[in-house]
Amino acid sequence: MAEAAAVSHGHGTGTGLSNNKLLMWTFLGSECLLFGGLISTYLIYRSRFGDGPAPGDIFDIPFTSVSSFVLLMSSLTMVLALSALQRGDIRNNRIWLLTTALLGALFIGGQVYEFTTFLREGLGYTTSPFSSAFFTLTGFHGVHVSLGIVMLMSLLISSFRGTLTKERSETVEIVGLYWHFVDVVWIFIFTVIYLVPSPTS
Amino acid sequence: MIETTSRAIGVYTRPKGNTGWRDWITTVDHKKIGILYGATAMLFFLIGGLEALLIRLQLATPDGTVLGADTYNRVYTMHGVTMVFLVIMPLAAAFANYLLPLQIGARDVAFPRLNALSYWVFLFGGVFLNMAWIFGDAPDGGWFAYAPNTGMIFSPGKGMDFYALGLQITGIASLVSAMNLIVTVLNMRAPGMTLFKMPVFTWMILVVQFLLLFAVPVITVALFLLLFDRNFGANFFNPEMGADPLLWQHLFWIFGHPEVYILILPSFGIISEVIPTFSRKPIFGYPFMVFSGIAIGFMGWGVWAHHMFVSGIGPISIAAFSVSTMFIAVPTGVKILNWLATMWGGKIRFNTPMLFASGVVSMFTIGGLSGVTHSLAPADTQQTDTYYIVAHFHYVIFGGALLGIFAGFYFWWPKVFGHLLDEKLGKWNFWLMIVGFNMTFGPMHILGLQGMSRRIDTYSPGFGFEFWNMFATIGAFIIGLGVLAFLLNVWISARSARGAPPVGPDPWDARSPEWFTPNPTPVHNFDEDIQIESLDEFWHRKYGLDEDGRVVRVATAEEVCQDGSATDTHLPSPSYWPIVLAAGLPLIGFGLMYSLWFCVPGGALVLMAIYGWVFEPADDPDGSHDHGHDGHGEDDAVLLGGSAENAEEAPVG
Amino acid sequence: MSTATAEHVDSQDEAHHHPSDRKYVQIAIILAIVTALEVGTYWMESVPGEVLIPVLMLMMVYKFFYVAAWFMHLRFDSPMFTKFFVVGLILATIVYGIMLTVFEFWHKG
Repeated sequence: MAEAAAVSHGHGTGTGLSNNKLLMWTFLGSECLLFGGLISTYLIYRSRFGDGPAPGDIFDIPFTSVSSFVLLMSSLTMVLALSALQRGDIRNNRIWLLTTALLGALFIGGQVYEFTTFLREGLGYTTSPFSSAFFTLTGFHGVHVSLGIVMLMSLLISSFRGTLTKERSETVEIVGLYWHFVDVVWIFIFTVIYLVPSPTS
Repeated sequence: MIETTSRAIGVYTRPKGNTGWRDWITTVDHKKIGILYGATAMLFFLIGGLEALLIRLQLATPDGTVLGADTYNRVYTMHGVTMVFLVIMPLAAAFANYLLPLQIGARDVAFPRLNALSYWVFLFGGVFLNMAWIFGDAPDGGWFAYAPNTGMIFSPGKGMDFYALGLQITGIASLVSAMNLIVTVLNMRAPGMTLFKMPVFTWMILVVQFLLLFAVPVITVALFLLLFDRNFGANFFNPEMGADPLLWQHLFWIFGHPEVYILILPSFGIISEVIPTFSRKPIFGYPFMVFSGIAIGFMGWGVWAHHMFVSGIGPISIAAFSVSTMFIAVPTGVKILNWLATMWGGKIRFNTPMLFASGVVSMFTIGGLSGVTHSLAPADTQQTDTYYIVAHFHYVIFGGALLGIFAGFYFWWPKVFGHLLDEKLGKWNFWLMIVGFNMTFGPMHILGLQGMSRRIDTYSPGFGFEFWNMFATIGAFIIGLGVLAFLLNVWISARSARGAPPVGPDPWDARSPEWFTPNPTPVHNFDEDIQIESLDEFWHRKYGLDEDGRVVRVATAEEVCQDGSATDTHLPSPSYWPIVLAAGLPLIGFGLMYSLWFCVPGGALVLMAIYGWVFEPADDPDGSHDHGHDGHGEDDAVLLGGSAENAEEAPVG
Repeated sequence: MSTATAEHVDSQDEAHHHPSDRKYVQIAIILAIVTALEVGTYWMESVPGEVLIPVLMLMMVYKFFYVAAWFMHLRFDSPMFTKFFVVGLILATIVYGIMLTVFEFWHKG
């Protein structure tokens, strides 16, 4: 955006920080309240499963552990992509961006599999307050991951057009911030929703 | 380097030129966006006002038949939603957009295109909400939309979907604008302007943006849950399935109470500029003013459940929220004391802006005091859902927020349009509004304590409600006359200003840095950076101390003001994409309600706009103002679009 | 503008302070180990909830802040960014914590 133009001549940004990065961080601060609301809703409703399956009956911890691990590792590849670009290593930047996007897609695939399994086992979206809250929370997270994948793919396209250069590594950094945030939210969800013992029927 | 790429993609040409309607729909100038915000909000204000008059007509006599119960529900719901989300908030945004960059000495906001996006999203969201009238299905669940009353069983029409989606869309506007203005304040201040040399108005706007930043996502969650309940059969608010309706109330009021401060703080900021100017004294206790604003912002998060004292939240919660509610009166009291102390001993001029500002101080005090009575849970139990509450929040929002905004209109009109509003009509405007306002809402305290419940569409004769209701209705029409006086004033003042010499640079002997620019503000704002050395910099350049320590005039306003003659200032280029992106959102809304097929063009518009935005250089190298440009802006431009803009889509789902 | 140039120089300077890829991999390994420990608790059915939940929370918080500090660069970046994030986190924790309390969430254990 035109912030460089909008900053008056002869003096820097007030904080010396990049406008774009600051914007992303304000957004992430705001997202905390969004996910906080969804997570609290889930926590309030997790024992209200009515006649449907209970969370403790249905969660497949080993499976989710694997997909959580995949997402965690995508944070590593993301940061490696940034680090490569900061060195001016376009090739490795592309490789790691692609790997990150693929790991993200793998996570989403895992989520789709999990959802369909739950559906087969009788946990539909409308089954109980628990099921609605669970699908909404994890669904919102999934949408965030998917948007992240779209951003990563856009970065890749931009890279192949030759516009994603060392000078513009901040773009990758900002997308990375978003990506890591989504990962961090999953770290929270994985522990609090899956690992903390859930009610059983 | 980016230029070549974007040419290679080269599908779209950038809008050019600086005149005509095309300029207005593509502008990224914070001043024009501010004017657009103001004009749009005033249109919604007339709609909301009309709805208010209908309500009062229905209630003027017992067994009223003007509207009927069903329409009455829709009218009072839309009155509330319109006034809160489409009038007060955007009017505050209008002032923030126009004045905040000027007050901090900046060329524009940090993200001019995002700023345009905020406006267009707000406009389309507001139009979308009001289209519910055309579809014959306006929301009827109150602005608080308590579930499960607003669920499919009790609100089977499309009304509450219009409500939820409309607020979701305007929420995006608020969130984007909050992020933008926070970055602007932190990063774009003129040299020498530390945070504690910023005008109080800028401070209050900053606090409001933080409140929006953190409160909007909460209502986003609540509205999504409601939408999923209504449209996909989710069970968030369905007690039959074991859900707890209190969840909606909590989420709504966690947002809703900070929202109250979102409405009132901008007005506090405005009158904190007006009162010192017209008292010819610096603001009393500037740090206290700032810190009390921040304190209100923080404490506003800890009082939400006082809206729920009769909802069954348990005695401990009630006690805790009673205490926190009492506490929040303290910083508010500090502000009132400081305004009074600013006036104390000052050479007060009662021009129209000052009249409105004094109106805020007095009327808001009444509203604040009746608010404190709600912190006493036993008393609140009596008052809940009676006209006493209606009286209270109108004293706060009309008497506090709206009167403050009118003070701002009269004060900054010359800054924006280059001519003053007529004083005589202004005084008519003020006195009609203040008298009408007190006639309308004052008696509602009595009605409420007599037991007249709010939201009922009519009442039977014989309860002693007749007189005060008729009285209030007459008052409401007097307010209407006051608003007419304002509109007349705008028209007449503009006519008589035609051909007349422009107003001088400093019509009010003002204090803060926005007055360094000539009136009306030139498109490039400042000719050169202003060096800020103190709070009230503009005033300090005009006045100094003589040998005896007395304040004397050292310079005329003409000497201090810039003349607006700079010509080579680089301006951000206009863009089509904000309006295109915004236009996609209501289509998606209609898609969710009627047929998912509408989502296709809507989604396509949004996607196209995002990618157009990303690949459009923020500054057109062929643009008309292209001096002093070195290419970095473009890099950053593409970068922003790619990341933040996509991220912005996240809460939309 | 000069400012933008200055920023670019800064960010390159910062890049030198950023940890090496080796360090990132080490951190990822630590995170993986903690995750393995977390998952391991799933099979320890004899551990009572009063012990298990705090331990899990501790490990979660550890992972959370490790990612934020290293991968999101909060360790090296301006404290301003940390503030935005932490304010959001704290506000969310307090507000929703109170809400859960009002719903008597903690009583159920």
